[in-house]
Amino acid sequence: MAQFFDVTRLGAFVTRSITMAPRAGRPTPRMAETPSGLLNAVGLQGPGVEAFLTQELPWLAERGARTVVSIGGGTVAEYTALARRLADAPGVTAVEVNLSCPNVEDRGRVFARDGSSAAEVVASVRAATRYDVPVIAKLTSDVADIVAVARSCVDGGADALAMINTPVGMSVDVDTMRPSLAAGTGGLSGPAIRPLAVRCVWQVHAALPGVPIIGMGGVTTGRDALEFVLAGACAVAVGSALFHDPYACPRIQRELEELLTERGFDRLADAVGLAHHPPGSGPRGRTDLEESSL
Amino acid sequence: MAASPVQVTGTVLTTRRVDAYHALTVVAPGVADRTRPGHFVGVAVGGPSTSMLTRRAFAIHDVKPDYGGTVELVFTVRGPGTAWLADLRARDTLDLVGPLGRPFPLPRDPCTCVLVGGEYGSASLFALGDALQQRGCRIDFVLGAPSADRVFGALRARRMGETTTLTTEDGSLGMRGKVTDVLAGVIADARADVVYACGPMAMLQGVTAVGVEFDIPVQVAVEEAMACGIGVCMTCVLPVIGDDGVTRMVRACTDGPVFRGERVRFEDVGTIPFDALGAPGGRHA
Ligand SMILES: Cc1cc2nc3c(=O)[nH]c(=O)nc-3n(C[C@H](O)[C@H](O)[C@H](O)COP(=O)(O)OP(=O)(O)OC[C@H]3O[C@@H](n4cnc5c(N)ncnc54)[C@H](O)[C@@H]3O)c2cc1C
Ligand SMILES: Cc1cc2nc3c(=O)[nH]c(=O)nc-3n(C[C@H](O)[C@H](O)[C@H](O)COP(=O)(O)O)c2cc1C
Ligand code: FES
Repeated sequence: MAQFFDVTRLGAFVTRSITMAPRAGRPTPRMAETPSGLLNAVGLQGPGVEAFLTQELPWLAERGARTVVSIGGGTVAEYTALARRLADAPGVTAVEVNLSCPNVEDRGRVFARDGSSAAEVVASVRAATRYDVPVIAKLTSDVADIVAVARSCVDGGADALAMINTPVGMSVDVDTMRPSLAAGTGGLSGPAIRPLAVRCVWQVHAALPGVPIIGMGGVTTGRDALEFVLAGACAVAVGSALFHDPYACPRIQRELEELLTERGFDRLADAVGLAHHPPGSGPRGRTDLEESSL
Repeated sequence: MAASPVQVTGTVLTTRRVDAYHALTVVAPGVADRTRPGHFVGVAVGGPSTSMLTRRAFAIHDVKPDYGGTVELVFTVRGPGTAWLADLRARDTLDLVGPLGRPFPLPRDPCTCVLVGGEYGSASLFALGDALQQRGCRIDFVLGAPSADRVFGALRARRMGETTTLTTEDGSLGMRGKVTDVLAGVIADARADVVYACGPMAMLQGVTAVGVEFDIPVQVAVEEAMACGIGVCMTCVLPVIGDDGVTRMVRACTDGPVFRGERVRFEDVGTIPFDALGAPGGRHA
């Protein structure tokens, strides 16, 4: 992204999920466009943590990007090993735990669907991470009770929650009469999932008002970002919008600042969760700027 | 090297039909002046409130200095995005990001090059032909398509090329058959040193096989479904063998679209070869 704008202006840059070993990902086609959205099944392709630490992280640090490193694993031990490996790496602003990975010890059920296994991952990552580096738990909307999972993660030691990861979707190509993606199903992102994401942020903020939430899912404009903030997010992340507009982050940031000024807010913090309260009641929440996902 | 891309809101200068294709010339300064043969652009389709989230990739056919710089795209209507593009008229605006990708590498010294285009793939070969001729290279064209109306640029090829061979599968223009049926003859007659190719994957695979037979390098420009075009989403990958002999799933948008043909594992496109770096259960995992 650095070729399009100054990454230091972002609140933070969230990496794609880093895994222990290099991963080739899923076969192609990995992408199918759907109305106002996108299905993807990339399968966490990446060079593995060693190459990430020697090549990508220093590159990001050189450019002055504040980097949130997302980690993904198949077992609690793998997440823990990743967190340990990152613990002494310079330039890690926070660790985000991507809990939407299949748990190989639980017949491939993703961690984020089950409060206790999510909490177990979070607790062990928290224990392996430096005390001054926040641990963020990233949740999915594909659960019966997102508040319960959120609460487990916070009890497990999560300093903040990120939501939502892509809900699972599918499309079938009616010409070839086969699934559009080689993997069959894929994660849905983009404006199509925004209402789902706003609902999750709303519910979790209502139940856990003191926990910082990073909201994401279909943010393409400053208005979308403000919607998340009003629902209870103190930071907003942008992913798929970058596919349409590589300058989306600085633009959304500018639009959000303008909207806040227009509405008479001095600080973003004053708007966080405001939709929960009748006009005039007090603000709360920690403030951050925007993030860019991927 | 990849040029640093820019996003511009261009203005459509002209639209025209060329046989089965639509051609769109867009005033896009900043994109035009950085474009090298083989570059492509990412085009936002559907207007400002569109539900089509991903940009569509199109090879840059022509660049002209008029109005501060124009780019011309040639496309066929495939789905809703290209249908929207086909409805554009002069003075409409079009949001472009480019130039994207790695362009065709050019030989240092004059040599003989065969340029092979399948369907609209030939669109990116004429700027390449110009650049090669400026370096004193001899160029020969082989263009093919299923039918005559889908062979793009036959006239221009005839004007530019030392020789031009056309093929159609239905025999409506040139020789009946595919470009790969005639390529060996063209390479032998011209004593070609290099082959450049752009077109459907199956054609690129066939062209590469012919190049390997003659032991000459083949540069192919591949087409893979892309969501971002700028290297962030990892959806456009294909298995390519690196300098170290290791197969990696590389991005067509930023590591390509131009690759050494013999490095692309065409038969494995759409799969993760078991010996690719990071393949499930593979030796590098
Ligand atoms: C580097 C590159 C250069 C290209 N150059 C040309 C060109 O010069 N002329 C031309 O006619 N076409 C070209 N294409 C193909 C063109 O991008 C697709 O035809 C177009 O995206 C189809 O969009 P649609 O909405 O009409 O079709 P749909 O099938 O509805 O598209 C849906 C989604 O799939 C993606 N998609 C579908 N097929 C392709 C494909 N073959 N390649 C890439 N993305 C695809 C689209 O981007 C979109 O996200 C090129 C593709 C690439 C990758
Ligand atoms: C192509 C693609 C790859 C993604 N990769 C990851 C990933 O590696 N780890 C992760 O936690 N989320 C990943 N996501 C999910 C996004 O971070 C984000 O949660 C989701 O896309 C919703 O936001 P958006 O609508 O702004 O894209 C990915 C999304 C897309 C579209
Ligand atoms: S299209 Fe997104 S990485 Fe190539």
